[in-house]
Amino acid sequence: MTNRLLTHLERLEGEAIHILREVAGQCANPALLFSGGKDSVVLLRLAEKAFRPGRFPFPLVHIDTGHNYAEVIDFRDRRAAELGEKLIVRTLDESIAKGRIVLRSATESRNRHQSVTLLDTVEEFEFDALIGGARRDEEKARAKERVFSFRDEFGQWDPKNQRPELWNLYNARIHKGEHMRAFPISNWTELDVWQYIAEEGLELPEIYFAHEREVVELPGGALLPVTDLTPIPAGKSSVRRSVRFRTVGDISCTAPVLSEARTVEDIIKETATTEITERGATRLDDQTSEASMEQRKKEGYF
Amino acid sequence: MEKQITPQRHQGHEGAPRKEQEKDKEAFLGDSFVPSSLGGGIPDNGLLRFITCGSVDDGKSTLIGRLLYDSKAILADAMDALAKSSRKRGLEEVDLSLLTDGLSAEREQGITIDVAYRYFSTGTRKYILADAPGHEQYTRNMVTGASTADLAIVLIDARKGVLPQTRRHTTLAHLMGLRHIVVAVNKMDLVDYNQAVFSTIQAQVGAFASKLGIPQLHFIPLSALKGDMVVDRGERLDWYQGPTLMELLESIELDSSEQDQPFRFPVQLVCRPRTEELIDYRGYQGRVESGRIKPGDAITVQPSGARSRVRRIELYGKELPEAVAGQSVTLLLEDEVDISRGDLIASAEHAPVPTRSLTATLAWLGEKPLSSTGRLVLRHGTREVRAKVGEIESRLDLEALEPVPVEDVAMNDIVTVTLKLQGPIAPDAHTVLRSGGSFILIDEATHNTVAAGLVLGPEYL
Repeated sequence: MTNRLLTHLERLEGEAIHILREVAGQCANPALLFSGGKDSVVLLRLAEKAFRPGRFPFPLVHIDTGHNYAEVIDFRDRRAAELGEKLIVRTLDESIAKGRIVLRSATESRNRHQSVTLLDTVEEFEFDALIGGARRDEEKARAKERVFSFRDEFGQWDPKNQRPELWNLYNARIHKGEHMRAFPISNWTELDVWQYIAEEGLELPEIYFAHEREVVELPGGALLPVTDLTPIPAGKSSVRRSVRFRTVGDISCTAPVLSEARTVEDIIKETATTEITERGATRLDDQTSEASMEQRKKEGYF
Repeated sequence: MEKQITPQRHQGHEGAPRKEQEKDKEAFLGDSFVPSSLGGGIPDNGLLRFITCGSVDDGKSTLIGRLLYDSKAILADAMDALAKSSRKRGLEEVDLSLLTDGLSAEREQGITIDVAYRYFSTGTRKYILADAPGHEQYTRNMVTGASTADLAIVLIDARKGVLPQTRRHTTLAHLMGLRHIVVAVNKMDLVDYNQAVFSTIQAQVGAFASKLGIPQLHFIPLSALKGDMVVDRGERLDWYQGPTLMELLESIELDSSEQDQPFRFPVQLVCRPRTEELIDYRGYQGRVESGRIKPGDAITVQPSGARSRVRRIELYGKELPEAVAGQSVTLLLEDEVDISRGDLIASAEHAPVPTRSLTATLAWLGEKPLSSTGRLVLRHGTREVRAKVGEIESRLDLEALEPVPVEDVAMNDIVTVTLKLQGPIAPDAHTVLRSGGSFILIDEATHNTVAAGLVLGPEYL
């Protein structure tokens, strides 16, 4: 019998499906966070592989900041309908109306405030686990986070007090009120995600591919997309550029990159030779301080 | 936004100038670079997980920095951030060790708290590096990092030679069942690249390794700082004929022995859609932990002992001719057997025997000692049973490498114990089957994972 070397994607896929099934096996009431972004699109395919021909043993949940690109929201709704799975949407606007979130200005980035709505949603549905598409290569604090990451009843992550995680024997036990975050694609890189999208022929929102867009070129090279929420700053002028988004999130803190990549194959080529990290290029919120992601995570962020 | 600072990519490195590296990379990737999974010409050489053992003093961070840097895994803005952090600490040169320190608490205190995972790729093989810090919680961190690794790099400072920690790291790597252990004799530049220094260390490590029963070690002389024998050979170690560290990592054979082992498949879920067209569908979902399986193969379900044959293997509606270790699939059997989560489907020919007592090695990870821990739950595969520690036979003294008498079990202790179980599990000996011989202990009161367990030889079962 000849042995067959699994490709790195087959290995990662086998691990991710195993993690999804462990969530379903160990947790009574989990949910999968689905934003329409590329990482969560990959999660949905992995969930199909994990649970079909059965239904998903969890609903999909999206925390909508109200500041998302319309085509991403359309894609989110269509994809959930195609799968025939339940989608729960909770919005920051509801949280703001209830006084749970107070914005200092109307155009302030809503990214950080998502934690409030997210934790309220966990309480509302009594979720004991949230499955997310976070990856360890994204950021320094994430590099140290477990696949099954414990949250106390305030939704906090305590980096100094994480459970040891051995082999693939995950421990999702919690007390009432606490919950788990589970990250099936922890060990995937941005390139792995794109390769998997190519291999599986997964559909993505169009803003991931190169398109003409009105942007303002900021000093240092970042591009500010011109939208209702992010108008042209005083004294600046806009230009039209061929751009794509590497990450998709709240409009006020997600910036596109210059790109001519119109297909998944083009993007893989670009990703394999890039000089800038994924978040460095595109997330305006992570650059505030070295520890900003760690801080947000401690507060209950994804 | 402030103007970005030009990245100081060369501080602390004396390797090839950046431009040349770019050229090399381009030549390597070529214009038509397409990953193999897309049908391109470059073979996909799988995924290697490894751990680095050693402290900052051994040059571990520099070695990791060198691997990441020379394989182009440090991108420009990450290098910028690194330069900024280094300056903030009053350092003149970029400190590559800051790359491996993730949390703000660590940066403030200049220590590393926890295992961090790093990713890089050579274009053919993907690497996951578990970087376990080397301070007092070392055993806990190293056991955690090693549990998912295929290979360990044990770092030795050429000037200092074999230290107690060298023995400790090598022993733990061996204990955790790592098949490949690489002894990297670093800082060769500080001993004038002297072959005699390397040979002496090689002989010393070889001596205690054979005492431990470690069959094979790889030895590489290198200088992480100067870049000799890490990725490039350099010109100062002509007397060494073996592979560079990167060549070794690239050529280590993966998977195959795992696939030759007996088939083990812990059942995670039973899929019963109960729709009209799938009224009788009953699929057992899990991951092949070892061995391989194809339709027609005879299986035994443990602990019940029920027998059947595999009728069909599925993944997402597609029928597979075979599944091998590492793949998550759904199995359909020929007979209606009572199987649920927690059961183990194993090859009928080499099925493990169920037992309610076992002898095991424990790496104690809990902060409280065993005597003040709550009731224990043992998790083996997907099965959970209550467990009690019977006798604590001995503790492994990691300095003397000998078992010593022991009263209680504290954090970082490696002990041999007997365990009594409330219900049966069907384990393998850890030295024979890594996955089938591993378990964890959970404290029922706190829900914390308090021990990593290795099932000892079948003579104890």
